[in-house]
Amino acid sequence: MLDLTQYTCLGAALCDALERFAGEVCLIEADRDRENCRLTFAQFKQAALPLAAALQGMGLREEDRAAIIMTNQSKWLISAYAIFYVGGVIVPLDYKLTAAEHLQLLAHSQARFLIVEYHLWRTIMNAPRFKDLKTEVVLVTEAPRQADLGQARRWEEAKSSAEPRFIMRQREDTACIVYSSGTGGRPKGCVLTHENYLEQCRSLTAWYPFWPGVRYLSILPTNHAIDFMVGFIGPFVCGACVVHLRTLRPEYIREAFTRYKITYMSLVPLVLKNLEKGLKAKFAELPPMRRAALNGLIAINGAFTRRRPNLTLSRQVLPQIHGAFGGELRALFVGGAFMEPATLQFFYDLGIPVANGYGLTEAGTAVTLNDFKPFRADTVGKPLPGMEVRIVNPDAEGIGEVAVRSRTVMSHYLDDPELTADTIVGGWLMTGDLGRLDSTGHLHLFGRKKNMIVTEGGKNIYPEDIENVFEGLGAKEFCIFASNYLWPKSGLGKDALVMVLRLEQGQQLSDGLRNELVSRNRRLPDFKRVGGYVLWERDFPRTASLKIKRTALAEEIGRDLPERDSAVVPL
Amino acid sequence: MRSSEQTLEEILALAATHFKVPREKLAPDDDFFQKLGIDSLQALELLTRLENHFHVELPDYELQGVSDFRTLADRIQARL
Repeated sequence: MLDLTQYTCLGAALCDALERFAGEVCLIEADRDRENCRLTFAQFKQAALPLAAALQGMGLREEDRAAIIMTNQSKWLISAYAIFYVGGVIVPLDYKLTAAEHLQLLAHSQARFLIVEYHLWRTIMNAPRFKDLKTEVVLVTEAPRQADLGQARRWEEAKSSAEPRFIMRQREDTACIVYSSGTGGRPKGCVLTHENYLEQCRSLTAWYPFWPGVRYLSILPTNHAIDFMVGFIGPFVCGACVVHLRTLRPEYIREAFTRYKITYMSLVPLVLKNLEKGLKAKFAELPPMRRAALNGLIAINGAFTRRRPNLTLSRQVLPQIHGAFGGELRALFVGGAFMEPATLQFFYDLGIPVANGYGLTEAGTAVTLNDFKPFRADTVGKPLPGMEVRIVNPDAEGIGEVAVRSRTVMSHYLDDPELTADTIVGGWLMTGDLGRLDSTGHLHLFGRKKNMIVTEGGKNIYPEDIENVFEGLGAKEFCIFASNYLWPKSGLGKDALVMVLRLEQGQQLSDGLRNELVSRNRRLPDFKRVGGYVLWERDFPRTASLKIKRTALAEEIGRDLPERDSAVVPL
Repeated sequence: MRSSEQTLEEILALAATHFKVPREKLAPDDDFFQKLGIDSLQALELLTRLENHFHVELPDYELQGVSDFRTLADRIQARL
């Protein structure tokens, strides 16, 4: 691995990695059962530098912002390196946002350049606000030959034979602007520096090193903070290989493990639970005798790995299970949302360690992670090297707000000094999450102080961002909350959005109104939908300017309706 | 060439078989996540079944923003 303390920017570190590990395979792009491309570090450089030269020729200067909107694929990484090479700042946008949201964030970030997949560009071009797009240069990947690209150019043709000039950046310079949320109301663009990423990479690889020969399976898009670090920067600076799978379909994920003999993979709880379900279904099909034998072997494995994982032993005791994962899997990393301990235990009993972690974009991704010394299914792990974690204003049980101080914490929120001042206080990042540190230094999470949910797919959803869909609903007033904001200590496993509905005097909840609610809800992407509603019989408290006092209302609801399950009517 | 209505009908029939629900319980404008009680990964499994049935390739993103059978049928019809 490169000594990252010697570098001031990601571009320089990546540049050296491409030289040092030139002959090693760094990137494989697979789609279902096909392999679209396989590049060595030297070939990756050959693919990226003509693009870097073209971008420079088109006027991309240091500190210019270049947005990327792509699914999980190799051109994301090639483009990212080209942007860093010429000193640009990357704005990674979630491809699952709507075209209107993309346009909003492109405007907010003031991106001069955009690199985007054709099907996404087509949607953006058809959006009503497209005419307001100020982005000057747009490169579109994989466009059909006859496609109308408007003013955009083809990514595949953006190549220059000129030698691009490498632009060195300093540690405090911005590397990326990553939106952690806020597409509906107040965009939260986390400004992350080169120092943030270099330190995060040092921290993670101190516990989970990569080396040439390691194959990391990437199924999350690279705009995802976890994948940007462990599916791009981390493996590259260590000479390891990333296998990008362009589909999330469970059958192809399973196939990729064996085909590419995967070493590590990061996933979100939704995918891990799907793998668990698939394995359990296979176990259930076994004849009773074989099932009993398998249970016996699982018990033997459990007895010998209670203190520490022992991969060699587990692979011998449970060869078929490990064979199904390719035989070389060392660990899975799960984060981004709450993970049920039973699922973690299920995999650990099979000899497949799943490192549960906790992090947030504002902290430069991971803050805590399990280190398997010993395995703990009940916590989100211990602070990674270089991370200081403390609990602010703990109650009698030691539960308070989790605060983080580290060289990985973002510089600020883009163009929002007020929000920055509320979030980074005296050098500590106030996470808004409620937690407790136990006597062994492990962090336990209990809920949130902030009004938001995190889906099983690892997406942050802020209720204010979706309220506009329900505007004009035939009720006196309504307000949407994260259920954990109303009932903060009811556990993180049941994250959902809840609408609090105040009807007019004498009004009943008619079928018509209920249907209206359901139909409006369906206009939202499935992961942003409201899960249920609470009928509230008092007027909402409001400020002098008539804004709803959300915190006061949430406290009233939590106090008057202490039982979440009986208060919420599912939609 | 199939008509849009035929495509829609075949999708409904396939979804009913794959998720083991009576065909008559599914309607074109149903939210399939809700009606079938499935998550986004299970919906992708259905997409694979549909690819095999219609002999077209349907990238994962074809499911983006889609939650009812009719819109799904439109997306597939456009690729037939």
